[in-house]
Amino acid sequence: MLAVSESGFYGNFGGAYIPEMLHPNVEELKNNYLEIIQSPSFQEEFLSLLKDYVGRPTPLYYASRLSEKYNTNVYLKREDLCHTGAHKVNNTIGQILLAKRLGKKRIIAETGAGQHGVATATICALMGLECEVFMGKIDVARQKPNVERMKMLGAKVIEAVSGSQTLKDATNDAMRDWINNPVDTYYVIGSVVGPHPYPDMVARFQAVISEEIKKQLAEKTGKENPDYILACVGGGSNAAGAFYHFAENSEVKLIGLEAAGKGVDTGESAATTLLGKEGVLHGSRSLVMQTPDGQVVEPYSISAGLDYPGIGPVHAYLFASGRGKYFPVTDEEAMEAGLQLSRLEGIIPAIESSHALAYLEKLNAKPEEVVVVNLSGRGDKDLATYIKWIEDHKS
Amino acid sequence: MNRIDQVFQEKKNILNIYFTAGYPKLGDTVKIIKALEKGGADLIEIGMPYSDPVADGPTIQESNMEALENGMTITKLFEQLEGIRDHTNIPIILMGYINPVIQYGVERFVEKCKAIGIDGTILPDLPLPDFKREYKALFDKAGLYNIFLISPQTSEERIKQIDEASNGFIYMVSSNSITGAKDKIQEGQVEYYERVKSYNLRNKKLIGFGISNNETFTNACAYAEGAIIGSAFIKLLSQSDNLDKDIAEFVKSVKG
Repeated sequence: MLAVSESGFYGNFGGAYIPEMLHPNVEELKNNYLEIIQSPSFQEEFLSLLKDYVGRPTPLYYASRLSEKYNTNVYLKREDLCHTGAHKVNNTIGQILLAKRLGKKRIIAETGAGQHGVATATICALMGLECEVFMGKIDVARQKPNVERMKMLGAKVIEAVSGSQTLKDATNDAMRDWINNPVDTYYVIGSVVGPHPYPDMVARFQAVISEEIKKQLAEKTGKENPDYILACVGGGSNAAGAFYHFAENSEVKLIGLEAAGKGVDTGESAATTLLGKEGVLHGSRSLVMQTPDGQVVEPYSISAGLDYPGIGPVHAYLFASGRGKYFPVTDEEAMEAGLQLSRLEGIIPAIESSHALAYLEKLNAKPEEVVVVNLSGRGDKDLATYIKWIEDHKS
Repeated sequence: MNRIDQVFQEKKNILNIYFTAGYPKLGDTVKIIKALEKGGADLIEIGMPYSDPVADGPTIQESNMEALENGMTITKLFEQLEGIRDHTNIPIILMGYINPVIQYGVERFVEKCKAIGIDGTILPDLPLPDFKREYKALFDKAGLYNIFLISPQTSEERIKQIDEASNGFIYMVSSNSITGAKDKIQEGQVEYYERVKSYNLRNKKLIGFGISNNETFTNACAYAEGAIIGSAFIKLLSQSDNLDKDIAEFVKSVKG
């Protein structure tokens, strides 16, 4: 378990650094979330939707050709097979069920690439709730299909025109909207970021990933703990879910892969544990990519889902304590790994997940060891990027 | 005596004006302070620009972005304010989000404020318990007041905790909103003002957010010791080609 303290800290990281105007909203959530999500009626509804609507449990697939290539045992946790195409929906179902129990009528969310926005819009359609998704103006332009999907699902997409007009600014604008609408509105955060209790709550909703891995691995191999778990980290929700139930088994090595973009020294990167410093962003104390003066910088990655200048406080803690290891993966390494998985296993991964796959090259796992890669999403949304990459890299 | 206490003792219907350091031009800070004091403002709140000002509306956001592009930093602001107490006695408050202050170093920041003659700070995303636990002793020792916000959603119990921990005044956010000028008094505001008035807090109160002109200022003064204007003043700065004259006229028009 990845336990958070009463005041919302993992070691030195976390907390709730929010303006007073948000305090009542966050306090209401903090005082109620555990009781609600642990109640039998909530659990029943949540689990039933995960099973019949999302399609859980997602398979744990032994990737034989990939295993052969790296001379080890690689299992893929197939979150890419979730309804809407990624793990994100585990969290949106949880939070929106919670919002309904708190009597909220209107749902807001931020989105970068649009995956969390689509997952939120989907569940709002299912529950008949009003939904508004904030998305940076630049992201709206470069993620058209997801914008149209959200609209088809009945959501309103609001362009964030503040700041640098990307994910961090969409998050700022969602927080501003929540300040302006404190009573009837619920803010669904898409990752293990934000003020306490969001990081803990989102991790709990994603923890189903590691719960299933344990059970499935025991069935397949006779032992429930793998030697390694690999997961990509932007804010870090799929990684938090994949690590959650293994955090106390020190023999399981937890490895987070961050987007190095064009390289960690190029100024076009999103490798927060390497390039970030301790600071406060979006309501929690964590590692933040920033200037020496404390201004948050715009990160870069070919993968919009990893293009975030912070990291969830739980990962800052795992990194600082040494329990988790975090490594940068470049655009190029990730793209090659994605193309390789397509050819070897017939699975086109999301570029985010390709970052986790790419690390198999460097892992040097032993033939008898077991490696679980959390395949957090599928690559349909990334086809245009893959195609362009292939065109540009024809020799 | 802290200059903030002094101004509350000596004056009524206090007008606190906010502007963003480094806006419209990097070097305007001292010029604007002098013009505000000369024009009749009672208190000055200087915003330290930040890339992600979540409690601010479009007007102040834009001024933050421009100020950063102009090259404003906390270090630069302190350089500009060096020696300010040789010319002026108006209380000055620095407002800003906590991250740049953490990077500057909170202890170093407080020392610098004291050396320059800054009277208070507003750090909207620094929570009350964290302030009390980590920084209050530091602020108290330097005689620097940290001002807290309350909003219509703040519970009575919490308002009383904030009152207990506050010095100088309490910043009453007028409605459930981010910053931004409004022409009219909003629905439900009077009820909230009356409610807070009935708590008989030990601190003075200034009302801010949505105060823009004589009508909204006068209304606020009926329920508090004064009010704070931000966005409306930033708009004026953005349009002005004669800061001294326009600032004097603005202050006069608000005070009536």
